[in-house]
Amino acid sequence: MSDTHLVDAAGPSSTDEFVKGLWRENPVFVQALGMCPVLAVSNTALNALAMGLATLFVLVMSNTVVSLLRRFIPKQVRIATYILVIATFVTIVDYAIQAISLEMYRALGAFISLIVVNCLILGRAESFASKNGVGRSILDGLGMGIGFTVALLALGAVREIFGAGSLFGVQLFHDAFQPWVMMILPSGGFFTLAGWLLLFNWLRARAETLNSAKLADALEATS
Amino acid sequence: MTQEPLWSVFVGASLINNFVLAYFLGICPFLGVSGKLETASRMGGAVTFVMLVSSTCAYGINVLLIAIDAPYLRLISFIAVIASTVQLVEMFIKKVSPALFRSLGIFLPLITTNCAILGLTLFQTNKGYGFVQCLAYALGAGVGFTLALVLMAGLREKLELASTPDVVRGTALTLVIAGLLSITFMGFAGLGG
Amino acid sequence: MSAAPVTPAAAPVPTAPVPSGIGPIWPMYRAMVGIGVLCGLAIVTVFEATRPVIRRNQAAALERAVFQVLPEAASSVTFGYAGDGFEIADGEDAADGERVWAGYDADGRLVGLAIETSGMGYQDTIRLLYGYAPERDAVVGIRVLESKETPGLGDKIETDPGFLRNFELLDVALAADGASLARSIEVVKPGAKTEPWQIDGITGATISSVAIVDMLRRSTKVWIPRLSRHLDDFAPARAGEAATGASGSEAEDV
Repeated sequence: MSDTHLVDAAGPSSTDEFVKGLWRENPVFVQALGMCPVLAVSNTALNALAMGLATLFVLVMSNTVVSLLRRFIPKQVRIATYILVIATFVTIVDYAIQAISLEMYRALGAFISLIVVNCLILGRAESFASKNGVGRSILDGLGMGIGFTVALLALGAVREIFGAGSLFGVQLFHDAFQPWVMMILPSGGFFTLAGWLLLFNWLRARAETLNSAKLADALEATS
Repeated sequence: MTQEPLWSVFVGASLINNFVLAYFLGICPFLGVSGKLETASRMGGAVTFVMLVSSTCAYGINVLLIAIDAPYLRLISFIAVIASTVQLVEMFIKKVSPALFRSLGIFLPLITTNCAILGLTLFQTNKGYGFVQCLAYALGAGVGFTLALVLMAGLREKLELASTPDVVRGTALTLVIAGLLSITFMGFAGLGG
Repeated sequence: MSAAPVTPAAAPVPTAPVPSGIGPIWPMYRAMVGIGVLCGLAIVTVFEATRPVIRRNQAAALERAVFQVLPEAASSVTFGYAGDGFEIADGEDAADGERVWAGYDADGRLVGLAIETSGMGYQDTIRLLYGYAPERDAVVGIRVLESKETPGLGDKIETDPGFLRNFELLDVALAADGASLARSIEVVKPGAKTEPWQIDGITGATISSVAIVDMLRRSTKVWIPRLSRHLDDFAPARAGEAATGASGSEAEDV
């Protein structure tokens, strides 16, 4: 922790390292990173949550290790070592999920192994953990990981509610509800993600208009 | 166990379970490199080639890992193989055809983090394919990837000239098109049966 | 971590003066080998720690499936096919396609055999387990182990009670020569089933239900004659069950 405090003085606050991943730099909705698992395993909310947590774990652990070893790893071999570290944690998660629940493992399939090539994780290792202290790297990993999980859940929940009429396996609607099967199919993933991106675009555009309107008002008031 | 005929493996990987539109593998290059028809087809070619080579290597490694009873090293060795294959292919192309190397440019190293390749090697292992089946699977996956990329690029080139609302432009619109393409590809289901 | 307060920007500087990336080789080796060894240790530790749990989970899942296709079974034993007979297989000895599971009831009597098969469905490969009761010359239950059929349509093969009822007593009697089936299993239009070897298809899941039946037809053609020939290999005494005099009489039944 003392490490965090010392570095704090030089950079943005540690709360900011954590919060930025949730909204301002949300890995999925803003940076469009790690889209493959987002689309592939978000057909139910539970799958989405499990995938999000697995990614969160790998992200935090790899950030920690890369940050700890950042002075020990020569620049030339850094990508290779990062991939080695990430692949190790992914293998660990893979076996852990198999041990916890075989059904969950079957549902997620090869996508657990594919966390290795999630550009989000390598990206954070390269652009953040390799340059920052352990405390801040962990916070960054937590923030980004939770942001990723929330995005996955947002997709998974929408797809499950419309596609199966349930949430976390709990039936929400009356029997008369005809589920939109398309939402659980691959195309539903594309459409739902597109919908969320549209919402974000619209919110951002509105915020900008509001800001510029406010600015104009303020200018008028002063002049 | 799997005496699946080769054409069925090929059609399954390229059309029915298209890597991009049904398995969501390789979405990053799909969204990033599908702006222009020419780059899209080149990228597709490079990915197909790396897929064939990695698939062959992964088949050999898997046999070796089973022989020494170390299945837990599978993921690490696969990713190492893919990274080195990409590197080798890069060096080879540079030596043999500098022109092709220049035209592929940045796309070659990016292939390493393309999950379609790692996904291919993992799927072929899970499905327990034999050597020739692996090759057909890799070829099918590559052709399917190229097809999706080229279709997308063609559509996006047309869209450049269409007037769309500002909010929609960019990734959101690309995703909607991808969704429509995905529905279209569902029509291929049942071909393998 | 006393070095941490040093400004982060200073980190890349030491390598900068080295031309064309060929720096001192030693730190590179040290980093790669060191991290490689650590990673290897971590993976092996986790693998060894989780292996028993994973094994247990898999065995439990498979046993549940076996009991589902052989409703009367109370215990099961795995057998592997060795070319000229069946031997008890311990865990992963037998190759995937050459395994059968024998189910025994509470008295240790053989009630049936569960066989795995797979084939191409509408979307992707379907894996199926079916139960065969030699005494009744019939398939007595199926369970889809793995399928990616379209939700709401093709996945009716797993859920549709009317379709699954077809497999509660599906005739697979052998022909007189014992080497092939007397009649081939066939699909008919929904509701048109008149014979015990016919199967009512599912509207809206035509291809999926036909695929299931194709797989079943292909697999039974090979396995039923093979199993009948070696039925005494599954006698409870040889399976290590609490065997009574029942084993002898059962072998004679065939």
